[in-house]
Amino acid sequence: MRNLILPLACLLAAVAAFFVFPYDLAFLTRIVIMIVFVLSIDLVLGYAGIPTLGQAAMYGSGAYAAGLFSIHVWGDPLAGLAVGALAGAAIAALSGLVVMRARGLTLIMLTIAVAAILHELANRARGLTGGADGLRGIRVDPVLGLFEFDFIGRTGYWYALAVAVAVFVLLAVIVRSPFGLSLRGIHESPARMTAIGASVYWRQITAYVIGGAVAGIAGALAAQITQLVSLEVFAFALSAEAVIMLILGGTGRLTGAVIGTTLFMTVEHIAAANDPFNWLFVIGALVLAVVFFLPAGLIALPRALTGLIVDKGGRDADRT
Amino acid sequence: MPTGLEVRGLSKRFGGLVVAEGIDLDLAPGARTALIGPNGAGKSTFANLVTGILRPSAGTIRFDGRDIGRLSERQRVSLGIAKTFQITNLFTRLTVRENLRLPVLEREGRCMRMFRPAQGDPEVEAEVDALIRQFDLEPLADRPVSDLAYGQQRLVEMALTLALRPRVLILDEPAAGVPSSETHLITDAIEALPGDLAVLIIEHDMELVFRVAASIVVLVNGRILTEGTPDTIAADPEVRRLYLGGEDG
Repeated sequence: MRNLILPLACLLAAVAAFFVFPYDLAFLTRIVIMIVFVLSIDLVLGYAGIPTLGQAAMYGSGAYAAGLFSIHVWGDPLAGLAVGALAGAAIAALSGLVVMRARGLTLIMLTIAVAAILHELANRARGLTGGADGLRGIRVDPVLGLFEFDFIGRTGYWYALAVAVAVFVLLAVIVRSPFGLSLRGIHESPARMTAIGASVYWRQITAYVIGGAVAGIAGALAAQITQLVSLEVFAFALSAEAVIMLILGGTGRLTGAVIGTTLFMTVEHIAAANDPFNWLFVIGALVLAVVFFLPAGLIALPRALTGLIVDKGGRDADRT
Repeated sequence: MPTGLEVRGLSKRFGGLVVAEGIDLDLAPGARTALIGPNGAGKSTFANLVTGILRPSAGTIRFDGRDIGRLSERQRVSLGIAKTFQITNLFTRLTVRENLRLPVLEREGRCMRMFRPAQGDPEVEAEVDALIRQFDLEPLADRPVSDLAYGQQRLVEMALTLALRPRVLILDEPAAGVPSSETHLITDAIEALPGDLAVLIIEHDMELVFRVAASIVVLVNGRILTEGTPDTIAADPEVRRLYLGGEDG
């Protein structure tokens, strides 16, 4: 039960935010979409231990797939999400077959390369994607045929929040399953996992595909709600910032992804509004502070605080 | 049909370097065989050849009469050949219980299940609890492995490997790095292993070897120098000169 308190508090805060900040719904929706994206990285990086700086490959594929689907095939938003998830999963499966053969730095470079290739493909395929002008003309039908997307972004917010909650619950079930435990095992020691009879390669590809589907859902959400897909969806900066958000909150904990993303984007939003020239300094200081003082991320803050108060000798004493 | 492990003429060369040459070795169910020899004799290489981490240059490995020399490490694990690591290699941020749950789930082929919790299956938990009791790890069961003393980690290492229900267990220096005050934990654990399990122990600690081994194989420069019961090995002048009593000249 204690594990439920923090996620439920986050959900409550998200609901309250709708009423407290009625004029910032577009920004709040961006946070929620980003949370879905960072959750996908948490599964891949935080649980399975696959170092990636190219998760935008799957996010962008999902965005373009959902956008094109709504323009040319059907405007239903849930069908669009499914198409986005499939696109993300397909790109992850194809690239994963190659990427998961590598380790460490090589693997990171390959994930970056995949996103860069897709970026260039989308840029060249002007006729299909609109190239640098972006994909325009996305029209989305009402959610479930009932809730029309409005100018203020009320429907968009609730829609994104509902999808984020569904993704969170799905991932929470997966990380507690035998599969999730085996991913944590791979993170800790791939050699040992092989020695107990696991196929590390296929297990990691499976995690990458699930993460790719979730990233594709995030991209599809962004395409549907902003009704525009630009080349930036494949940008290196998007992958890298999302990883920083995850590290801020705490890797290997789903709530860490939620907290890190919210904090990063809020600080960025306020700092950029107050000082458009030096706001990156604030972000840099924040990241440094967390890495130095809370290497396990903000989610470890309560434990770190109790650790300061409770007598430190206790832990060492019961070791002997 | 012969049962157990049967190694014939096993050789391994890395370019011009011969690390194993014509090794013959049998491990029947219930065997307690120690493989000893000076550093660089090829003991760990032999273990890696049997478990499939390395491919032999020549020779055969049979298990229950079946040639397993070309099977992968994973396939040999599923047949029942398991090895502990010379340097402890555990899931250090997972608890002891999680470390033992994982090989049980993996052995049962349940690790692709995504929609039910890993924890709470009564059969799996009963097995994990039994291992925790067998290795006297009850008070530590819910601690992360990184909290444990090295000797205790070696016990988790053995318990984790035993959770695969192997029929051949290779212990690669089970007491390496364990302070002498804790060596008895390892010795006791080895003596408590199931009677029908074939055990091959690679070890430098002669006290431990002479307590648990029923037969000893001496490996020097990748070749078997001699083999026999602990008494004959202890009395063998060449073994004493080459290895056991090296410092006497």
